[in-house]
Amino acid sequence: MKLTLRIWRQKDAKSKGAFVTYTAEADEEMSFLEMLDVVNEGLIQRGEEPIAFDHDCREGICGTCGFVINGRAHGPRERTTVCQLHMRSFQDGDTLTLEPWRADAFPVLKDLVVDRGAFDRIIAAGGFIASAIGGAPDANAIPIRKENADLSMDAAACIGCGACVAACPNAAAMLFVSAKMGHLAMLPQGQPERMDRARAMVAQMDAEGFGTCTNHGECEAACPKAIRMEFIGRMNADYVKASLTGGRRAAGSEGGSG
Amino acid sequence: MDSAGGFARSSIGRKVIMASTGVILVVYVIGHMIGNLQVYGGPEGINAYGKFLHTFIHGQAIWVARIVLLTAVLLHIWSATSLTLTSRKARGIGYREQKWKESTYASRTMRWGGVIILLFVIYHILHFTTGTVHPDFVPGDVYHNFVAGFRVVPVSIVYIVAMIALGLHLRHGVWSMFQTLGVSHPRYIGAAHVLAWVIAIAVTVGNISFPLAVLAGVVK
Ligand code: HEM
Ligand code: FES
Repeated sequence: MKLTLRIWRQKDAKSKGAFVTYTAEADEEMSFLEMLDVVNEGLIQRGEEPIAFDHDCREGICGTCGFVINGRAHGPRERTTVCQLHMRSFQDGDTLTLEPWRADAFPVLKDLVVDRGAFDRIIAAGGFIASAIGGAPDANAIPIRKENADLSMDAAACIGCGACVAACPNAAAMLFVSAKMGHLAMLPQGQPERMDRARAMVAQMDAEGFGTCTNHGECEAACPKAIRMEFIGRMNADYVKASLTGGRRAAGSEGGSG
Repeated sequence: MDSAGGFARSSIGRKVIMASTGVILVVYVIGHMIGNLQVYGGPEGINAYGKFLHTFIHGQAIWVARIVLLTAVLLHIWSATSLTLTSRKARGIGYREQKWKESTYASRTMRWGGVIILLFVIYHILHFTTGTVHPDFVPGDVYHNFVAGFRVVPVSIVYIVAMIALGLHLRHGVWSMFQTLGVSHPRYIGAAHVLAWVIAIAVTVGNISFPLAVLAGVVK
C-alpha cells in the first residue's frame, strides 16, 4: 500500500517545527512503527535526518510510544497503542497526519518525541507508598474485596503514555493522575497516605501547567488501557475530602491518647 | 485543613465551586420554569404568585434569593473563566487536526453557551423585572407584561434561542456536576446522564412553551 505522510518535524526543543510530506510504501502486516522504520531507512540512505519517535517495548505495555494520527491519539483503533497498531487499519492511498502530543506540560523535544517528565514529577509528589514493606506478601495475607482488587488493577493498567492529555480538549491530566491515585486508594496499603497523596498529586498536576477537566470524556476514549472516567470522580471526592479535613479523622485533634 | 485560598486556586477546587454554584442555578431554573407554568391558569394565579414573591417575609425573601443567585452567578462565571484560561494556556500550540469521539456538542459549547446565557439573563431582567426594554410594562401586572412581551416576535425568538442554549448547557452541566462533586458511583452515573437529559428537556420545553403559547394565541 502507498501512503502520504504529513509529519511534524522539529529539530530540537527550541526550534520552530513544521509539517513535512513524505510518501511511504507499507504492507498490511507491518506495525505502524515498522512502517516508520522503513521510511527512516530511506531517509538515512539519502543522508537525511530520520524522524524521531519514542518507542521501547513495542508490545503495548511500556507506555513509551505515542503520537497523534489524523487527530486521534495513538491512531484510530480503540484500546491500542501506536506500537500495536497495524497498517491493516489503513487503506491504500491514505493521507496520514502525524503530530506530537500537544500540551505545554509536554514540551516537544524533537519531531514526535515529547518530554513527559511532568508525569514523573506527579508520581514523585505522592504516587507511591512511603513505608518499606519488604518482599511481596502472600496474595491472601491481607483480605481485599474482590471488586476493589479488580478496580485497583483496572487503574494500575495505566502505562503513563500521555494519550489522555493529548486527546483532552483542555490538555488536562486528570485521567492519568486519578488512575495513579486510584489504584492505591482501592487497597489497604494505600490508606494511611491517601489524603496527603490526593493533595500532593493534585498540587503537582496544577504546578505542571496541565489544563482543567470539563468531563468531555475524550481521555477515556483515547486511553489504550480503557481506564474509565469514574476514577476522576473518585479523585475529585478524595480531593474535596482531603481539602476539608486536611486528612485528619477529627478536625483539630493532633494526636490520640493511645 | 487547607487554606480556603489554596482550595480555590487549585484546578479541582475551582471546578467544585463551578459545580456547586451550578447546583444552586439548576434548582433555581427548575423552580422558575415551574412557577411560570401558572400563566396557563390565567391572570389571577400568576399575578398573585408574583405578589407573593415580592411580599414574602415583608419583601425580604426576594432580596435573599437575589443575593444568593447573584453570588452564585458571579462565582460560577469567575470559576468558568479562570478554568477556561488555565486550559487555554495548557495547549499553546494546537493540533492541525483533532477528531472527537466521546465529547458532545453540548460539552464543547459550554463556554460560548454560558456567555449566551449570561447576555440573555441581563436582557431578561431588563425586560420582565425592571421593564426597561419592555414596550408596554405595567408594574405588578405579570400576566399583562408576559403576554404583551411575547407578542413581539423577535423577542420571542430571542427567548427561544436562549432556552435552547440553556438546554444544551444543562445537558452537559448537570451530569458534569455530579462527576465534579465526586458523586459519580458507576452504579448511578447512568442515572445522572438520564437526569441531565430530563432536566434539560423539561426546562427548555417548559420555557419555550410560553412564547409559543402567546404567539399561538393560547395565552392571551
Ligand atoms: C442559569 C444559568 C446557568 C446555569 C443553570 C448553569 C449551570 C451549570 C452547571 C450545573 C455546570 C456544571 C459544573 C461542572 O462542570 O462540574 C456548569 C458548567 C459551566 N458553566 Fe454554567 N450555568 C449557568 C450560567 C453560566 C454562565 C452565565 C456561564 C458563562 C459565562 C457559564 C459557563 C459555564 C462553564 C464554562 C461551565 C464548565 C463546563 C464544563 O464542565 O464543561 N454558565 N454550568
Ligand atoms: S512501545 Fe511500549 S507501549 Fe508502545
